Amino acid sequence: MIRLRSLFAAVMLFGIYSLLSAAIFTSLDAVDVAFTEASVGAGISTVLMLGTLSLTQRTEKVPESTIRHWIALGVVLLTGAVLVYASLDMPHFGDPMAPIHQHPVAHEYLVESQDKFHIPNVVTSVLAGYRGYDTFGETTVIFTAGIAVLMLLSHKPGTRPEDVR
Amino acid sequence: MRVHGVQRVGAKILIPYILLFALYVQFHGDFGPGGGFQAGVIFAAGIILHSLIFGLRETKRVFPPALIRVLISLGVLLYGGVGVLCMVKGGRFLDYGVLAHDPVHGQHLGILFIELGVGITVSAVMISLFYSFAGRKVP
Amino acid sequence: MTTILGLYNYWIVIGLMMAGLYVVISRGNLIKKVIGLNVFQTSVILFYVSMGKVKGGTAPILSDEFQVYSNPLPHVLMLTAIVVGVATTAVALALVVRIKEAYDSIEEDEILEQDPTS
Repeated sequence: MIRLRSLFAAVMLFGIYSLLSAAIFTSLDAVDVAFTEASVGAGISTVLMLGTLSLTQRTEKVPESTIRHWIALGVVLLTGAVLVYASLDMPHFGDPMAPIHQHPVAHEYLVESQDKFHIPNVVTSVLAGYRGYDTFGETTVIFTAGIAVLMLLSHKPGTRPEDVR
Repeated sequence: MRVHGVQRVGAKILIPYILLFALYVQFHGDFGPGGGFQAGVIFAAGIILHSLIFGLRETKRVFPPALIRVLISLGVLLYGGVGVLCMVKGGRFLDYGVLAHDPVHGQHLGILFIELGVGITVSAVMISLFYSFAGRKVP
Repeated sequence: MTTILGLYNYWIVIGLMMAGLYVVISRGNLIKKVIGLNVFQTSVILFYVSMGKVKGGTAPILSDEFQVYSNPLPHVLMLTAIVVGVATTAVALALVVRIKEAYDSIEEDEILEQDPTS
């Protein structure tokens, strides 16, 4: 996907990548996240990218100089090495004694929420009950994105930019 | 896009089930994976399938863009409205316990309405995104 | 050996993150850059979700048959993150369409040639 010239193939591979990551999320017990990633990543993102491809071009231009690739590769390898060194301090995968599980919030969400909410799906009760204000902000973000795209794309093609400047 | 009979018949059978599944995911978010966001996206996917098979003009006839624009704002208004209603009834903003006679039922009612608001906004935004991208003339 | 067995999920995430970063830095095509950003975002979500997993646990939907559950807090935060990410991608793609109409190209160097002040 990184080195493909055909953008159409890159977008298709991106859709497959989204679906595979949704399968990985399911195996990591994150069913709500997997549901959202599958529907949003493999659905809406791919459809919008295909729409953009139809309105612009299908293939990528071959670059003249390759110096940029080597610089990018160097930066990426350096950053990756630093991050791997930093990850040696992290708790092991799946460890029940990790600090994230010791915080009292986890116990509150999993056990105490039953007295307050009687809702089996803990993710929904946290999202809508304990952290409802954050979900309000998220809905406003979606609203703003919709308004922004409506404003950007309501301009009819054919008007020359000289008229706007 | 030339549409064959198989695609048309298949879509006619599938689209009601997709929309029904979206409603199921919306209202069963309490008992299984799901909730407002997933339901909104699945509903929009059903509408996009309709427009792919039957043409954008047909879909715009059934779901006019003006209605979709109103729905975008309606979802956010519903969410904020529930919060303000909680304040009017004596609690804090988005404190659903005061909505009904019993705190647990109040929480259920509050969560139901805000998930509905989220689902309406998300589906309307996704449909209007598709209308903007697909309805544009290719330069 | 136990270090590798315990930490391999972080290294997979770092690999994906660096792949996305490489695409954003090295490619000049705007749509490729947007794809690279999405790859980066998916890797960050994978990072948080893998931190929340408990060995032997199950999905955080309470029922009488299971006792050990995975931590629901990262799932909630990542749900918001995915939705905000798709909103950002939609606005970015709308901007790409407008750039194409204004400059007639979506390659970064051609756009910079036409408009050196930006």
